[in-house]
Amino acid sequence: MTSIFFSLVQREARLLCRRPAELINPLVFFSLVLVLFPLAVGPESRLLQSISPGLIWVAALLAVLLSLDALFRSDFEDGSLEQWAVSSRALSWLVLTKVLAHWLFSGLPLVLLSPLLALMLGLPSEHIPVLVLSLLLGTPVLSLLGAVGAALTVGLKRGGLLLALLTLPLYIPVLIFGSGALQAELQGFSPLGYLLWLASLTVLAVTLTPFAIAAGLRIGLSE
Amino acid sequence: MNWTWFHRLSAPKSFYEVSGRWLPWLTGLMLVLMLTGLLWALVFAPADYQQGNSFRIIYIHVPAAFLAQSVYLMLAVAGLVGVVWKIKLADVALQQAAPIGAWMCALALITGAIWGKPTWGTWWVWDARLTSMLILLFLYIGIIALGQAISNRESAARACAVLAIVGVVNLPIIKYSVEWWNTLHQPATFKLTEKPSMPAEMWWPLLILVLAFYCFFAVVLLMRMRLEILKREARTSWVQAALKTLVGNNA
Repeated sequence: MTSIFFSLVQREARLLCRRPAELINPLVFFSLVLVLFPLAVGPESRLLQSISPGLIWVAALLAVLLSLDALFRSDFEDGSLEQWAVSSRALSWLVLTKVLAHWLFSGLPLVLLSPLLALMLGLPSEHIPVLVLSLLLGTPVLSLLGAVGAALTVGLKRGGLLLALLTLPLYIPVLIFGSGALQAELQGFSPLGYLLWLASLTVLAVTLTPFAIAAGLRIGLSE
Repeated sequence: MNWTWFHRLSAPKSFYEVSGRWLPWLTGLMLVLMLTGLLWALVFAPADYQQGNSFRIIYIHVPAAFLAQSVYLMLAVAGLVGVVWKIKLADVALQQAAPIGAWMCALALITGAIWGKPTWGTWWVWDARLTSMLILLFLYIGIIALGQAISNRESAARACAVLAIVGVVNLPIIKYSVEWWNTLHQPATFKLTEKPSMPAEMWWPLLILVLAFYCFFAVVLLMRMRLEILKREARTSWVQAALKTLVGNNA
Protein backbone atom coordinates (compact mmCIF):
# COMPACT_ATOMS: atom_id res chain seq x y z
CA MET A 1 0.00 0.00 0.00
CA THR A 2 2.75 2.46 0.91
CA SER A 3 4.54 1.95 -2.39
CA ILE A 4 1.34 2.88 -4.24
CA PHE A 5 0.98 5.95 -2.09
CA PHE A 6 4.48 7.11 -2.83
CA SER A 7 4.22 6.42 -6.52
CA LEU A 8 0.95 8.35 -6.68
CA VAL A 9 2.48 11.24 -4.76
CA GLN A 10 5.41 11.19 -7.14
CA ARG A 11 3.11 11.19 -10.14
CA GLU A 12 1.07 14.06 -8.73
CA ALA A 13 4.25 16.04 -8.02
CA ARG A 14 5.52 15.47 -11.53
CA LEU A 15 2.23 16.53 -13.07
CA LEU A 16 2.13 19.67 -10.96
CA CYS A 17 5.72 20.56 -11.81
CA ARG A 18 4.74 20.54 -15.44
CA ARG A 19 1.63 22.61 -14.82
CA PRO A 20 2.69 24.87 -11.95
CA ALA A 21 -0.35 27.09 -12.51
CA GLU A 22 -2.53 24.41 -10.92
CA LEU A 23 -0.41 24.54 -7.81
CA ILE A 24 -0.24 28.32 -7.61
CA ASN A 25 -3.70 29.41 -8.74
CA PRO A 26 -5.56 28.27 -5.60
CA LEU A 27 -2.98 30.03 -3.43
CA VAL A 28 -3.31 33.26 -5.41
CA PHE A 29 -7.08 32.93 -5.22
CA PHE A 30 -6.88 32.42 -1.45
CA SER A 31 -4.76 35.56 -1.03
CA LEU A 32 -6.93 37.58 -3.40
CA VAL A 33 -10.16 36.76 -1.59
CA LEU A 34 -8.57 37.76 1.69
CA VAL A 35 -7.42 41.04 0.17
CA LEU A 36 -10.94 41.76 -1.04
CA PHE A 37 -12.43 41.75 2.46
CA PRO A 38 -10.49 44.68 3.97
CA LEU A 39 -11.30 46.63 0.80
CA ALA A 40 -15.00 45.82 1.22
CA VAL A 41 -15.47 46.28 4.97
CA GLY A 42 -12.87 49.00 5.55
CA PRO A 43 -9.37 48.98 6.99
CA GLU A 44 -10.37 49.24 10.64
CA SER A 45 -8.09 46.76 12.35
CA ARG A 46 -10.33 45.85 15.32
CA LEU A 47 -13.19 44.82 13.06
CA LEU A 48 -10.86 42.90 10.77
CA GLN A 49 -9.30 41.10 13.68
CA SER A 50 -12.64 40.03 15.09
CA ILE A 51 -13.91 38.66 11.78
CA SER A 52 -10.58 37.24 10.61
CA PRO A 53 -11.30 33.60 11.69
CA GLY A 54 -14.37 33.50 9.49
CA LEU A 55 -12.66 35.26 6.61
CA ILE A 56 -9.67 32.94 6.57
CA TRP A 57 -11.85 29.85 6.77
CA VAL A 58 -14.26 30.95 4.05
CA ALA A 59 -11.36 31.85 1.78
CA ALA A 60 -9.62 28.54 2.45
CA LEU A 61 -12.84 26.65 1.79
CA LEU A 62 -13.37 28.37 -1.55
CA ALA A 63 -9.74 27.88 -2.56
CA VAL A 64 -9.91 24.15 -1.82
CA LEU A 65 -13.16 23.92 -3.76
CA LEU A 66 -11.59 25.68 -6.72
CA SER A 67 -8.60 23.35 -6.75
CA LEU A 68 -10.87 20.28 -6.67
CA ASP A 69 -12.68 21.03 -9.90
CA ALA A 70 -9.77 19.57 -11.88
CA LEU A 71 -9.02 16.77 -9.40
CA PHE A 72 -10.22 13.86 -11.54
CA ARG A 73 -10.75 15.64 -14.84
CA SER A 74 -7.40 14.96 -16.54
CA ASP A 75 -7.31 11.37 -15.22
CA PHE A 76 -10.81 10.91 -16.56
CA GLU A 77 -9.93 12.29 -19.95
CA ASP A 78 -6.70 10.34 -20.49
CA GLY A 79 -8.19 7.06 -19.29
CA SER A 80 -6.14 6.59 -16.10
CA LEU A 81 -9.34 6.38 -14.10
CA GLU A 82 -10.54 3.46 -16.16
CA GLN A 83 -7.26 1.68 -15.49
CA TRP A 84 -7.78 2.27 -11.78
CA ALA A 85 -11.30 0.95 -11.94
CA VAL A 86 -10.25 -2.31 -13.59
CA SER A 87 -7.07 -2.78 -11.56
CA SER A 88 -6.91 -5.43 -8.87
CA ARG A 89 -6.63 -2.87 -6.08
CA ALA A 90 -9.73 -1.46 -4.47
CA LEU A 91 -10.75 1.77 -6.18
CA SER A 92 -11.56 3.32 -2.81
CA TRP A 93 -7.94 2.87 -1.68
CA LEU A 94 -6.62 4.39 -4.87
CA VAL A 95 -8.86 7.44 -4.68
CA LEU A 96 -7.99 7.94 -1.02
CA THR A 97 -4.30 8.07 -1.87
CA LYS A 98 -5.01 10.28 -4.86
CA VAL A 99 -6.95 12.79 -2.74
CA LEU A 100 -4.36 12.76 0.01
CA ALA A 101 -1.59 13.27 -2.55
CA HIS A 102 -3.60 16.14 -4.00
CA TRP A 103 -4.00 17.59 -0.53
CA LEU A 104 -0.24 17.48 0.01
CA PHE A 105 0.21 19.82 -2.94
CA SER A 106 -2.87 22.02 -2.63
CA GLY A 107 -4.12 21.93 0.96
CA LEU A 108 -0.78 21.93 2.70
CA PRO A 109 0.65 24.98 0.88
CA LEU A 110 -2.57 26.77 1.76
CA VAL A 111 -2.09 25.95 5.43
CA LEU A 112 1.50 27.14 5.23
CA LEU A 113 0.48 30.39 3.56
CA SER A 114 -2.30 31.14 6.04
CA PRO A 115 -0.17 32.56 8.93
CA LEU A 116 1.14 35.33 6.68
CA LEU A 117 -2.35 36.35 5.58
CA ALA A 118 -3.68 36.03 9.14
CA LEU A 119 -1.03 38.44 10.35
CA MET A 120 -2.02 40.87 7.61
CA LEU A 121 -5.60 40.71 8.85
CA GLY A 122 -4.38 41.61 12.30
CA LEU A 123 -4.64 38.24 14.03
CA PRO A 124 -2.25 38.32 17.04
CA SER A 125 0.72 36.06 16.41
CA GLU A 126 0.16 33.96 19.55
CA HIS A 127 -3.05 32.62 17.97
CA ILE A 128 -1.31 31.44 14.81
CA PRO A 129 -0.65 27.88 16.09
CA VAL A 130 -4.38 27.29 16.63
CA LEU A 131 -5.14 28.63 13.16
CA VAL A 132 -2.57 26.37 11.56
CA LEU A 133 -3.70 23.36 13.57
CA SER A 134 -7.37 23.92 12.74
CA LEU A 135 -6.59 24.28 9.04
CA LEU A 136 -4.33 21.26 9.17
CA LEU A 137 -7.16 19.18 10.61
CA GLY A 138 -9.91 20.73 8.52
CA THR A 139 -8.54 20.99 4.99
CA PRO A 140 -8.25 17.19 4.48
CA VAL A 141 -11.98 16.94 5.24
CA LEU A 142 -12.64 19.70 2.72
CA SER A 143 -10.56 17.86 0.11
CA LEU A 144 -12.25 14.52 0.75
CA LEU A 145 -15.82 15.86 0.79
CA GLY A 146 -15.10 17.96 -2.26
CA ALA A 147 -13.70 14.90 -4.00
CA VAL A 148 -17.12 13.25 -3.63
CA GLY A 149 -18.65 16.16 -5.52
CA ALA A 150 -15.80 16.15 -8.04
CA ALA A 151 -16.31 12.42 -8.63
CA LEU A 152 -20.06 12.87 -9.17
CA THR A 153 -19.53 15.69 -11.68
CA VAL A 154 -16.48 14.22 -13.41
CA GLY A 155 -18.10 13.46 -16.75
CA LEU A 156 -20.01 16.73 -16.99
CA LYS A 157 -19.01 19.52 -19.36
CA ARG A 158 -19.66 22.37 -16.97
CA GLY A 159 -19.32 20.83 -13.53
CA GLY A 160 -17.70 23.78 -11.75
CA LEU A 161 -20.74 25.59 -10.45
CA LEU A 162 -22.59 22.36 -9.80
CA LEU A 163 -19.63 21.10 -7.77
CA ALA A 164 -19.89 24.17 -5.55
CA LEU A 165 -23.64 23.69 -5.18
CA LEU A 166 -23.22 20.06 -4.13
CA THR A 167 -20.24 20.53 -1.86
CA LEU A 168 -20.68 23.80 0.01
CA PRO A 169 -23.61 22.62 2.18
CA LEU A 170 -21.52 19.63 3.25
CA TYR A 171 -18.65 21.95 4.23
CA ILE A 172 -20.67 23.74 6.88
CA PRO A 173 -19.66 21.65 9.94
CA VAL A 174 -15.97 22.04 9.09
CA LEU A 175 -16.44 25.77 8.70
CA ILE A 176 -18.24 26.02 12.04
CA PHE A 177 -15.69 24.03 14.00
CA GLY A 178 -12.69 25.54 12.22
CA SER A 179 -13.62 29.16 12.66
CA GLY A 180 -15.13 28.32 16.06
CA ALA A 181 -11.76 27.10 17.32
CA LEU A 182 -10.13 30.36 16.38
CA GLN A 183 -13.04 32.43 17.66
CA ALA A 184 -12.84 30.67 21.03
CA GLU A 185 -9.08 31.25 21.15
CA LEU A 186 -9.56 34.95 20.37
CA GLN A 187 -12.10 35.28 23.18
CA GLY A 188 -9.80 33.58 25.63
CA PHE A 189 -11.51 30.19 25.79
CA SER A 190 -9.94 26.83 25.12
CA PRO A 191 -10.20 25.79 21.45
CA LEU A 192 -9.58 22.16 22.37
CA GLY A 193 -13.20 21.01 21.99
CA TYR A 194 -13.48 22.42 18.48
CA LEU A 195 -10.14 20.96 17.48
CA LEU A 196 -11.13 17.52 18.76
CA TRP A 197 -14.36 17.76 16.77
CA LEU A 198 -12.37 18.67 13.68
CA ALA A 199 -10.09 15.70 14.29
CA SER A 200 -13.05 13.34 14.56
CA LEU A 201 -14.51 14.77 11.35
CA THR A 202 -11.16 14.04 9.69
CA VAL A 203 -11.28 10.44 10.88
CA LEU A 204 -14.87 10.07 9.66
CA ALA A 205 -14.04 11.59 6.28
CA VAL A 206 -10.97 9.42 5.77
CA THR A 207 -12.90 6.26 6.57
CA LEU A 208 -16.20 6.92 4.78
CA THR A 209 -15.73 9.26 1.82
CA PRO A 210 -13.43 6.97 -0.26
CA PHE A 211 -16.37 4.62 -0.81
CA ALA A 212 -18.60 7.47 -1.97
CA ILE A 213 -15.83 8.85 -4.20
CA ALA A 214 -15.27 5.42 -5.75
CA ALA A 215 -19.01 4.94 -6.31
CA GLY A 216 -19.25 8.38 -7.90
CA LEU A 217 -16.32 7.71 -10.21
CA ARG A 218 -17.78 4.38 -11.31
CA ILE A 219 -20.99 6.17 -12.32
CA GLY A 220 -19.00 8.67 -14.36
CA LEU A 221 -16.98 5.88 -15.99
CA SER A 222 -20.00 3.77 -16.88
CA GLU A 223 -21.44 6.45 -19.13
CA MET B 1 -39.21 -14.14 4.58
CA ASN B 2 -40.63 -14.18 1.09
CA TRP B 3 -39.69 -11.10 -0.91
CA THR B 4 -41.23 -12.02 -4.24
CA TRP B 5 -44.16 -9.62 -3.67
CA PHE B 6 -41.65 -6.83 -3.38
CA HIS B 7 -40.00 -7.57 -6.69
CA ARG B 8 -43.34 -8.13 -8.34
CA LEU B 9 -44.53 -4.75 -7.09
CA SER B 10 -41.36 -3.02 -8.20
CA ALA B 11 -41.98 -3.92 -11.84
CA PRO B 12 -43.24 -0.74 -13.52
CA LYS B 13 -46.38 -2.31 -14.88
CA SER B 14 -47.64 -3.86 -11.67
CA PHE B 15 -46.68 -0.73 -9.72
CA TYR B 16 -48.76 1.30 -12.14
CA GLU B 17 -51.75 -0.98 -11.66
CA VAL B 18 -51.50 -1.28 -7.87
CA SER B 19 -50.86 2.41 -7.32
CA GLY B 20 -53.84 3.17 -9.55
CA ARG B 21 -55.99 1.14 -7.16
CA TRP B 22 -54.53 2.82 -4.05
CA LEU B 23 -54.66 6.36 -5.32
CA PRO B 24 -58.40 7.08 -4.91
CA TRP B 25 -58.38 5.76 -1.34
CA LEU B 26 -55.29 7.71 -0.41
CA THR B 27 -56.68 10.86 -1.98
CA GLY B 28 -59.93 10.42 -0.07
CA LEU B 29 -58.09 9.87 3.20
CA MET B 30 -55.91 12.90 2.54
CA LEU B 31 -58.92 15.13 1.82
CA VAL B 32 -60.76 13.98 4.95
CA LEU B 33 -57.72 14.50 7.18
CA MET B 34 -56.80 17.81 5.57
CA LEU B 35 -60.31 19.25 5.85
CA THR B 36 -60.91 18.10 9.43
CA GLY B 37 -57.45 19.21 10.48
CA LEU B 38 -57.65 22.63 8.84
CA LEU B 39 -61.17 23.30 10.09
CA TRP B 40 -60.28 22.26 13.60
CA ALA B 41 -56.99 24.13 13.58
CA LEU B 42 -58.16 27.38 12.03
CA VAL B 43 -61.67 27.67 13.46
CA PHE B 44 -62.16 25.61 16.61
CA ALA B 45 -58.75 25.45 18.29
CA PRO B 46 -58.39 28.15 20.97
CA ALA B 47 -56.13 31.13 20.31
CA ASP B 48 -52.82 31.21 22.11
CA TYR B 49 -52.82 33.37 25.23
CA GLN B 50 -49.64 35.17 24.21
CA GLN B 51 -49.45 34.94 20.44
CA GLY B 52 -53.15 35.25 19.68
CA ASN B 53 -54.16 33.91 16.31
CA SER B 54 -50.76 34.20 14.71
CA PHE B 55 -49.76 30.92 16.33
CA ARG B 56 -52.10 29.11 13.94
CA ILE B 57 -49.46 29.21 11.22
CA ILE B 58 -47.69 26.37 13.01
CA TYR B 59 -50.46 24.13 11.70
CA ILE B 60 -48.88 24.52 8.28
CA HIS B 61 -45.32 25.16 9.42
CA VAL B 62 -44.78 22.10 11.60
CA PRO B 63 -46.21 19.50 9.19
CA ALA B 64 -44.20 21.00 6.32
CA ALA B 65 -41.02 20.92 8.39
CA PHE B 66 -41.73 17.33 9.47
CA LEU B 67 -42.24 16.30 5.89
CA ALA B 68 -39.17 18.13 4.62
CA GLN B 69 -36.96 16.20 7.02
CA SER B 70 -38.51 12.80 6.54
CA VAL B 71 -38.56 13.13 2.76
CA TYR B 72 -34.79 13.59 2.81
CA LEU B 73 -34.46 10.42 4.82
CA MET B 74 -36.74 8.71 2.33
CA LEU B 75 -34.50 9.89 -0.52
CA ALA B 76 -31.53 8.21 1.12
CA VAL B 77 -33.47 4.98 1.73
CA ALA B 78 -34.68 4.97 -1.87
CA GLY B 79 -31.12 5.67 -3.00
CA LEU B 80 -29.79 2.77 -0.95
CA VAL B 81 -32.47 0.42 -2.31
CA GLY B 82 -31.71 1.60 -5.85
CA VAL B 83 -27.95 1.14 -5.47
CA VAL B 84 -28.02 -2.19 -3.63
CA TRP B 85 -30.86 -4.03 -5.37
CA LYS B 86 -30.80 -2.06 -8.63
CA ILE B 87 -34.53 -1.50 -8.47
CA LYS B 88 -35.45 1.15 -11.00
CA LEU B 89 -38.64 2.07 -9.18
CA ALA B 90 -36.51 3.31 -6.27
CA ASP B 91 -34.64 5.60 -8.68
CA VAL B 92 -37.94 6.97 -9.93
CA ALA B 93 -39.14 7.48 -6.36
CA LEU B 94 -35.94 9.33 -5.40
CA GLN B 95 -36.03 11.74 -8.28
CA GLN B 96 -39.74 12.39 -8.06
CA ALA B 97 -39.72 12.91 -4.29
CA ALA B 98 -36.85 15.42 -4.26
CA PRO B 99 -38.80 18.41 -5.65
CA ILE B 100 -41.69 17.76 -3.25
CA GLY B 101 -39.26 17.75 -0.35
CA ALA B 102 -37.65 20.95 -1.58
CA TRP B 103 -41.04 22.67 -1.79
CA MET B 104 -41.97 21.50 1.69
CA CYS B 105 -38.68 22.85 2.96
CA ALA B 106 -39.34 26.18 1.27
CA LEU B 107 -42.88 26.21 2.67
CA ALA B 108 -41.57 25.59 6.19
CA LEU B 109 -39.04 28.41 5.81
CA ILE B 110 -41.60 30.86 4.41
CA THR B 111 -44.28 30.12 7.01
CA GLY B 112 -41.59 30.33 9.67
CA ALA B 113 -40.61 33.79 8.43
CA ILE B 114 -44.24 34.93 8.39
CA TRP B 115 -44.70 33.63 11.94
CA GLY B 116 -41.40 35.14 13.06
CA LYS B 117 -42.32 38.70 12.06
CA PRO B 118 -45.13 39.22 14.63
CA THR B 119 -43.59 36.90 17.24
CA TRP B 120 -39.88 37.67 17.19
CA GLY B 121 -40.18 41.00 15.38
CA THR B 122 -37.98 39.91 12.51
CA TRP B 123 -38.35 37.83 9.36
CA TRP B 124 -35.15 35.92 9.77
CA VAL B 125 -32.73 35.18 12.56
CA TRP B 126 -29.57 33.10 12.28
CA ASP B 127 -30.84 30.55 14.69
CA ALA B 128 -29.78 26.91 14.62
CA ARG B 129 -32.99 25.27 13.45
CA LEU B 130 -33.76 27.88 10.82
CA THR B 131 -30.25 27.64 9.50
CA SER B 132 -30.22 23.86 9.33
CA MET B 133 -33.56 23.97 7.50
CA LEU B 134 -32.03 26.38 5.00
CA ILE B 135 -29.06 24.04 4.56
CA LEU B 136 -31.49 21.18 4.00
CA LEU B 137 -33.09 23.22 1.22
CA PHE B 138 -29.67 23.63 -0.38
CA LEU B 139 -29.06 19.88 -0.09
CA TYR B 140 -32.35 19.26 -1.89
CA ILE B 141 -31.45 21.76 -4.60
CA GLY B 142 -28.09 20.02 -5.01
CA ILE B 143 -29.79 16.67 -5.62
CA ILE B 144 -32.26 18.16 -8.09
CA ALA B 145 -29.51 20.04 -9.93
CA LEU B 146 -27.29 16.96 -10.16
CA GLY B 147 -30.19 14.88 -11.47
CA GLN B 148 -30.89 17.42 -14.17
CA ALA B 149 -27.26 17.96 -15.15
CA ILE B 150 -26.58 14.32 -16.03
CA SER B 151 -28.28 13.42 -19.28
CA ASN B 152 -28.04 9.64 -18.96
CA ARG B 153 -31.06 8.60 -16.93
CA GLU B 154 -29.46 5.68 -15.12
CA SER B 155 -26.28 7.54 -14.21
CA ALA B 156 -28.33 10.48 -12.99
CA ALA B 157 -30.35 8.25 -10.68
CA ARG B 158 -27.27 6.57 -9.24
CA ALA B 159 -25.40 9.84 -8.79
CA CYS B 160 -28.40 11.27 -6.95
CA ALA B 161 -28.53 8.16 -4.80
CA VAL B 162 -24.86 8.51 -3.80
CA LEU B 163 -25.35 12.19 -3.04
CA ALA B 164 -28.47 11.52 -0.96
CA ILE B 165 -26.64 8.87 1.08
CA VAL B 166 -23.64 11.16 1.65
CA GLY B 167 -26.07 13.93 2.59
CA VAL B 168 -27.96 11.82 5.07
CA VAL B 169 -24.73 10.79 6.81
CA ASN B 170 -23.79 14.45 6.97
CA LEU B 171 -27.17 15.69 8.10
CA PRO B 172 -26.83 14.85 11.82
CA ILE B 173 -23.32 16.36 11.85
CA ILE B 174 -24.62 19.52 10.21
CA LYS B 175 -27.59 19.65 12.56
CA TYR B 176 -25.54 19.34 15.75
CA SER B 177 -22.74 21.60 14.60
CA VAL B 178 -25.24 24.30 13.69
CA GLU B 179 -27.04 23.77 16.98
CA TRP B 180 -23.81 24.23 18.86
CA TRP B 181 -23.10 27.31 16.81
CA ASN B 182 -26.22 29.11 17.93
CA THR B 183 -29.57 28.41 19.55
CA LEU B 184 -32.56 30.64 19.98
CA HIS B 185 -35.42 28.64 18.51
CA GLN B 186 -37.87 27.02 20.86
CA PRO B 187 -37.38 23.27 21.22
CA ALA B 188 -39.29 20.97 18.87
CA THR B 189 -43.03 21.43 19.15
CA PHE B 190 -43.62 17.83 19.78
CA LYS B 191 -41.53 14.80 20.21
CA LEU B 192 -42.71 11.26 19.98
CA THR B 193 -41.13 10.32 23.28
CA GLU B 194 -42.40 13.13 25.49
CA LYS B 195 -45.72 14.46 26.61
CA PRO B 196 -46.61 17.54 24.51
CA SER B 197 -46.38 20.94 26.17
CA MET B 198 -49.43 22.18 24.26
CA PRO B 199 -52.97 21.60 25.47
CA ALA B 200 -54.76 18.72 23.78
CA GLU B 201 -57.23 20.88 21.85
CA MET B 202 -54.30 22.59 20.12
CA TRP B 203 -52.26 19.44 19.79
CA TRP B 204 -54.78 17.11 18.17
CA PRO B 205 -55.40 19.17 15.03
CA LEU B 206 -51.63 19.44 14.61
CA LEU B 207 -51.28 15.66 14.71
CA ILE B 208 -54.12 15.27 12.19
CA LEU B 209 -52.51 17.81 9.89
CA VAL B 210 -49.13 16.08 10.11
CA LEU B 211 -50.82 12.86 9.00
CA ALA B 212 -52.70 14.78 6.29
CA PHE B 213 -49.42 16.19 4.99
CA TYR B 214 -47.90 12.72 4.86
CA CYS B 215 -50.92 11.49 2.89
CA PHE B 216 -50.60 14.50 0.62
CA PHE B 217 -46.98 13.63 0.01
CA ALA B 218 -47.87 10.01 -0.75
CA VAL B 219 -50.59 11.07 -3.21
CA VAL B 220 -48.40 13.58 -5.04
CA LEU B 221 -45.45 11.20 -5.09
CA LEU B 222 -47.54 8.35 -6.52
CA MET B 223 -48.99 10.64 -9.18
CA ARG B 224 -45.55 11.92 -10.16
CA MET B 225 -44.10 8.41 -10.23
CA ARG B 226 -46.96 7.12 -12.38
CA LEU B 227 -46.41 9.91 -14.87
CA GLU B 228 -42.68 9.28 -14.95
CA ILE B 229 -43.23 5.55 -15.48
CA LEU B 230 -45.59 6.26 -18.36
CA LYS B 231 -42.93 8.52 -19.89
CA ARG B 232 -40.15 5.98 -19.44
CA GLU B 233 -42.12 3.01 -20.69
CA ALA B 234 -43.90 4.91 -23.43
CA ARG B 235 -42.80 2.44 -26.07
CA THR B 236 -44.05 -0.70 -24.33
CA SER B 237 -47.33 -2.26 -25.30
CA TRP B 238 -48.92 -2.12 -21.83
CA VAL B 239 -48.48 1.65 -21.62
CA GLN B 240 -50.05 2.09 -25.04
CA ALA B 241 -52.94 -0.13 -24.02
CA ALA B 242 -53.36 1.79 -20.74
CA LEU B 243 -53.28 5.12 -22.59
CA LYS B 244 -55.84 3.85 -25.05
CA THR B 245 -58.28 2.95 -22.29
CA LEU B 246 -57.63 6.33 -20.59
CA VAL B 247 -58.29 8.27 -23.79
CA GLY B 248 -61.23 6.00 -24.63
CA ASN B 249 -62.86 6.72 -21.27
CA ASN B 250 -62.57 10.46 -21.67
CA ALA B 251 -63.58 10.66 -25.31
